[in-house]
Amino acid sequence: MPEERSVLLSLKGLRKTFDTQEAVSGIDLDVYAGEFLTLLGPSGCGKTTTLRIIAGLEMPTAGAVYLDGQDITGLAPEKRAVNTVFQNYALFPHMNVYKNIAYGLTMRNTPKKEIAQKVAEMLELVQLTGYEKRMPSQLSGGQRQRVAIARSLVLSPKLLLLDEPLGALDLQLRRSMQQELKRMQQRLGITFIYITHDQEEALTMSDRIALMREGKFVQLDTPKGLYERPQTAFAASFIGETNLISATAQAVKDDEVLLDIAGFDLPCYDSDWITPGETLLLSLRAERLHLSCEPVNTTCWVSGELVESHYAGGERSSTIKLPDGQLLRARSTTEGEREPTLGSTVYCWWNKEAGVLVRDDREDA
Amino acid sequence: MTTRVKVKKHQRTREPLAFPMMLYAVLFVGVSLLYIVGLSLMTRGADFTAGAPYGLQNYERIISPLYVKSLLQSLRLAFFTALFCMLLGYPFAYFMAKASPKARTWIMMLLIVPFWTNALIRIYGWKILFSTSGPINAALIGIGLIQRPLRLLYTDFAVQVGMIYAMIPFMVLPVYSSVERMDWSTVEASRDLGATPLKAFLTVTLPMTLPGVLAGLVLTFIPSIGLFFLSDLLGGSNTMLWGNMVHNELLKSRDLPFAAALSVVLLGLTGIVILIYRRMGGRAESMVF
Amino acid sequence: MKKNSAWANVYMAVILLLLYLPILVVVLFSFNSNPGRTANFQFEGFSLQWYADLFDPVTGYGAPLRSSLTIALWSVLLSAVLGTLGAIGLVRRPVRKSLLGRGAAAVMTAGEQVSVLPIMIPEIILGIALLALFTLLGLPFGMVTLVLSHVVFCVPYIYITVKGRLASLDPGLEEAARDLGASPLKVLTTITLPLALPAVISGCLLAFAMSMDDFVISFFVNGPHSNTLPLKIYSSVKVGVPPHVNALCTVMLAAVFLVVGFSQLYQANAARRHRAHEKKDARKAAEGRA
Repeated sequence: MPEERSVLLSLKGLRKTFDTQEAVSGIDLDVYAGEFLTLLGPSGCGKTTTLRIIAGLEMPTAGAVYLDGQDITGLAPEKRAVNTVFQNYALFPHMNVYKNIAYGLTMRNTPKKEIAQKVAEMLELVQLTGYEKRMPSQLSGGQRQRVAIARSLVLSPKLLLLDEPLGALDLQLRRSMQQELKRMQQRLGITFIYITHDQEEALTMSDRIALMREGKFVQLDTPKGLYERPQTAFAASFIGETNLISATAQAVKDDEVLLDIAGFDLPCYDSDWITPGETLLLSLRAERLHLSCEPVNTTCWVSGELVESHYAGGERSSTIKLPDGQLLRARSTTEGEREPTLGSTVYCWWNKEAGVLVRDDREDA
Repeated sequence: MTTRVKVKKHQRTREPLAFPMMLYAVLFVGVSLLYIVGLSLMTRGADFTAGAPYGLQNYERIISPLYVKSLLQSLRLAFFTALFCMLLGYPFAYFMAKASPKARTWIMMLLIVPFWTNALIRIYGWKILFSTSGPINAALIGIGLIQRPLRLLYTDFAVQVGMIYAMIPFMVLPVYSSVERMDWSTVEASRDLGATPLKAFLTVTLPMTLPGVLAGLVLTFIPSIGLFFLSDLLGGSNTMLWGNMVHNELLKSRDLPFAAALSVVLLGLTGIVILIYRRMGGRAESMVF
Repeated sequence: MKKNSAWANVYMAVILLLLYLPILVVVLFSFNSNPGRTANFQFEGFSLQWYADLFDPVTGYGAPLRSSLTIALWSVLLSAVLGTLGAIGLVRRPVRKSLLGRGAAAVMTAGEQVSVLPIMIPEIILGIALLALFTLLGLPFGMVTLVLSHVVFCVPYIYITVKGRLASLDPGLEEAARDLGASPLKVLTTITLPLALPAVISGCLLAFAMSMDDFVISFFVNGPHSNTLPLKIYSSVKVGVPPHVNALCTVMLAAVFLVVGFSQLYQANAARRHRAHEKKDARKAAEGRA
C-alpha cells in the first residue's frame, strides 16, 4: 500500500433503486490511488450496479461520486477518466483487434501515427502482437479477454473497472490471468476496482476487499483482516469454511470473554459490543481446529463424539458432535495422526486467537 | 480419426429428405425461370404461343424511350420507397426494440395486423383518403389551407405514398430483429471508451444492425418494381411502371415473348441487387422474421 | 440500456397512426349510407346496408372466400411437408472431403438456393414464369395451378423458419436419443419433429397469411372459373370504389384482430404461467436452502 494514500475515488451515500427494488442501499467508499480493490459478494448483491454507477452507465438515485475530488455524478460515461472491462468483454464484433483497441483513441481524435504506436505497445503488453487483423470471433476466450483489457488500458485511465473479467475462462486460464492482471496493475500503477464472486480470486489479488450483501457493505478490509477477523456470520461463512457455534457470554474481563459452549468454559478475545448473558456466535475456521484422541492441555478445547471422518490425503475432514448436539467440522492434518474411530470421543482444540466472535446476521436475508 | 469413421457409420445423412422440396423448386422455379429466358428470345405466334424466329428482337424493342423512361421511373420509385422506408422505419424499429417487453408485444401486434390484412384493402383506404372530396382535402379546406381541393389521387405522389405505406413493415421487421439481437453492452463499452451518444450510434449500433437494414432495403426495393396493382389503383395514366408494362404486354397485347423479355430485364435487376446484398454479407435468413 | 424518451413514444404513435389511417377510413366508411360510387366521399349517415351486400349469393364474397381458404389450406399442407422435410435434411450437413462429396454438397447448396429464391424475386416474375410453364405443360388453369403456384412461395417461409429452429437445437438431443436405443426414424418422429413443431406452426401461419393475401401470382395463374378473395377485391376496386368493399375490409380486419389478439393472449398467458412456475421453483429452492 502506498504511503501517501491519496484518495482517487469517493462514493458518498450511494443509492440506486430499480422500479421497486433497491440494488444499492447506501454505500460510502474511499478508493486510494494505485489500489486494487475488490467488490466481492453473491450474485445480485449490487456490486455490478455500483460499478456501473462509477462508470457513468447508471445514474444513482441518491448520493455522489467523486473522482480526484471532483463531483462526476452526472457526467456522461465518455467524459470520465474511468474505463470498464465488461463481463462478456463487449468487443465490437464488426471491428478487428486493432480497431477495437484503437477505438477509444479514435474517439479522442488522436493522430493516426500515435494510435498505431500505442496500439502496438498495448498488443505487446497483453502478448497479442500479430493478432491485429483478427476479428473477435476468431479469438479464444483468453485472447478476447486480453483485447478487452488492452482496449481500456490504451486510454491510460485513472481508474479501471473490471466486472468479473475472468468469469468466462476455465480454471487454469483463470489462475494465470489472475497473476498477469495483478502484475499489469502493479506495473502500470493504475487503480483497479474489480468485481468477482470468487472468494479465492478476491483473496489472492486484492489490496482491500469490500464484501457486499444486499446493496450494502458488510465489511471493508484487507484480505487477511476479512479472513482472520470477520465481523459478521455472513462474512465468516462467505469466505472459507467455518463453524458458527452458538455460545453464551458468561463474563467479560479486560480483553477476554468467557464463553459457555455446550458446558465447556472457553475464553475468547473480546469484541467491544458484547454484554454478559448474551447469546453469540463463535466463528471457528475448520482448518484451524486440531483433533486429538486424548485429552489436551490447552485453554481452548471441547470434546465430542466423532460422527464422520474422511481421509483426503494431506488432511482429514471430520465432524464432531458436541454434547448439546451442535456439529463441528474440522480439517486437521494427517501428519503423524492416530486414526480415530467413528463413535469414539475426540478432543478438539484451537489457539485462542483462532476463535472470533461475530454478529449473527444470518436472519437479515 | 477413428471417431470420424464411427460418426459416419451410425449417422447417415438426412439430405435425401430435402429432395422433394428441391425437386419441386427446380421444376417450378428453376425450369420456369429458364423457360421465360428462352421465351424472351422467341417471337409471338397466334393465340398466346411463341416460336421462331429466334433472336434478340424483343430486347431491341425494349431499348426505346417508352420503356427506358418506364424503367427509370420504376427505379426512382423503388429507390425512394426503400430510402423513406429506411428513414421512417429504422427509428421506429429501434425505439420498438428498446421499449418494455409488454409495450413491445403490443406494438408488434399493431404492426402485424395491417400486414395480415389484404394489401389491396389497405391501398383502397388511401384511394378514399386521397379522393377529391375525401378526408384529406376536406381537412385541408376545413383549416383554410387551400380553397379548392387538391388533385391527389391518380398522381405519382399517391403511388409513392402508397408504396412506402405498403412496404414499411418489411423494413421495420428485419431492422427490429437485428436491433433486438444486439448486445447493448457494446454500446456501453463505446460510451465508456469516449464516444458521444451520436458517435456510439454511428460506429457501433448502426454497423451492428446493418444486416437488418440491408435485408430491409432489398425487401422494400425489389417488390416496389413489380407491384403493378398499386399504380393501377392509385396512379394516373402516365404512371407506367415496369410492373404495369409487363402486365399490359401479357394481358392486353397477349405478347408472351415480349412480356418474358421485360420480366428477364427485371430478373436481371433483381439478380444484381441480390448479388450486391450477398457481397455485403446479407443472408436469405434475414429476410424471414 | 436507457429507456425510450417521450419523443420516441410520440414518434412510434405517429407512425402507427399513419399505418392505421387508411384502415380507419375504410372502417368508418363501411357504415356510411352515402353510396359514393365515383368521387363523392362525404359521410352522410350510419348504415349497415353494405354488410348485407356481402352475403349476396351471386355477387357476394362467399364463393371467393371459400376458394381462397381451400387454396390456402392445401398449399400450406403441401408446403409444410416439403419445407419441414427440407429443413430437417439440410440443417446439419456432414463435411465432405472427397471430390464427389464436394460436388454433391455444391448440388445441395444450389438446390437450397433455388428453393428460397421465391421470397427474393418479384412476384410478377414468378407469376409470368408459372403462367408460361403451365401453358407449356398444358395444365388447365384453375384450382390446381393456383395451389401449385402458392406452394412455390409458401415453402421458403416454412423452410427458413423450421431450419432456424432446428439449427438452434442442441445436437446432443438426437445423439442422446440414439444412445438410448431409438432408430433414426424414431429419432425423427419422437425428438426432431416435436421440437420443430412450434416453428412448423408459425411457418404455416405465415404461409397461410401469404397465400390468403396473394394477389399478383394468383392473378396470372387463375382460371376462368376460379376466383380468390384478393382477385375479387381487385376487380371490384379496379372499376370504382364500391362501398361494400369497405364492409368486407372491416369484417376481415375484425377477423384478423380476433386471431392475432387471441394468439397474443394465449402467448401472454403461457408466459405468465411459465413465470409463475419459475417463481414457485425459486421459492422452493430458497426454502430448501434455508
